[in-house]
Amino acid sequence: MNAAEFAYLADLLKRRAGFHLAPTKTQLAKSRLAPVARRYGFRKTDELFAELRDAPEDLARAVTDAMMINESSFFRDKSCFDHFRGVVLPSLLSARATSRRLRIWCAAASTGQEPYSLAMILDEAKIAKDWRIDLIASDISGFAISRAIEGRYSQYEVQRGLPAQTLVRYFAQDGDQWRISERIRRMVSFRTFNLLDSYGWLGEVDVIYCRNAFLYFEPLAKRACLKAFSQVLADDGYLALGASETLEGASTAFAPDDASVRGVYRKIRRTARPIALAS
Amino acid sequence: MKHCLVVDESRVIRKVVCHLLAEMKFYAEEAEESASALTACRAQMPDVVLVNLGNPGGIELVRALRRTKSEKQPVIIGTMTEHDVDHISEALSAGANEYVLKPFDRDTLKEKFVETGLM
Repeated sequence: MNAAEFAYLADLLKRRAGFHLAPTKTQLAKSRLAPVARRYGFRKTDELFAELRDAPEDLARAVTDAMMINESSFFRDKSCFDHFRGVVLPSLLSARATSRRLRIWCAAASTGQEPYSLAMILDEAKIAKDWRIDLIASDISGFAISRAIEGRYSQYEVQRGLPAQTLVRYFAQDGDQWRISERIRRMVSFRTFNLLDSYGWLGEVDVIYCRNAFLYFEPLAKRACLKAFSQVLADDGYLALGASETLEGASTAFAPDDASVRGVYRKIRRTARPIALAS
Repeated sequence: MKHCLVVDESRVIRKVVCHLLAEMKFYAEEAEESASALTACRAQMPDVVLVNLGNPGGIELVRALRRTKSEKQPVIIGTMTEHDVDHISEALSAGANEYVLKPFDRDTLKEKFVETGLM
């Protein structure tokens, strides 16, 4: 891959996904795109790079898709999930006691470990049957989402973060893999979604999980997404980012919920909108 | 300093794991098979026992340890290869607290220790 080809790939990812491909990532690009090159009949990955400029839409999408797959694991950053179990969920169950409706959105769900971790917490919380709980999981990568829907994980994937009791309780062994139980799988609705697209389908949500996706975003794209998040999030809603992510310079709409739990924010309440009741 | 007993047929595995444990500031002892492990535990119960469940008598050792009357009950972590994972449920019902797949590194072991309250 020459410099011009790399620059074109970086530009493609920026345009399509707001993704910042650092110049040091040539090896990552090669390894991620080798399977795509094979699938599209290129003899070498370099041939794909050479022809990317003239790539048809579906190839450009496959390239973006392959570059967007993020590493994930069950209960990643345990403190964030402990905080969800101990603080976020009880507070929302009490705040929504009348509507009995809760909507949680995992905006960068990758291969499903995060929404399934939340689903297991919700299951363990034994919330009354008359609640309607939507757990929505999306990711830009169609490949990641199809794996999430499958709900099958390797030994090494389930080993990371899943206590043994939780594993045997919620997973069934399936050959050399483990499959999440149908009951947990059905709690989550999955879809492919690019965070730069329109949020019209989503509606208001009470919790947004979007962890470790902004690490690779262009600053403008990050700012635009956070603005959209503040619009879809309920006024008393929560936002969970990755533990090493910050809002500095990107949004003033959120404030840390608890100084001891990194990455969890609440929307800052603005003064009441005068026409809120009339709308 | 917490005390860990490593039970594995393989001398190499025992050495590697004991080295990891020393780095994690654990006092590590080793046993080659279940009988000597049980004797060692009866003499002085460790805080944690890492048992290779793929070795003969591995599961029985877990059961025997849980039957042993002792001031403290150790945390029991089963080690196994990818091919032995059928043992996970059996080991849990025998009384193991966790499992870890071999080969494992320090981070994975540490995660299991944190999970079981050892660290």
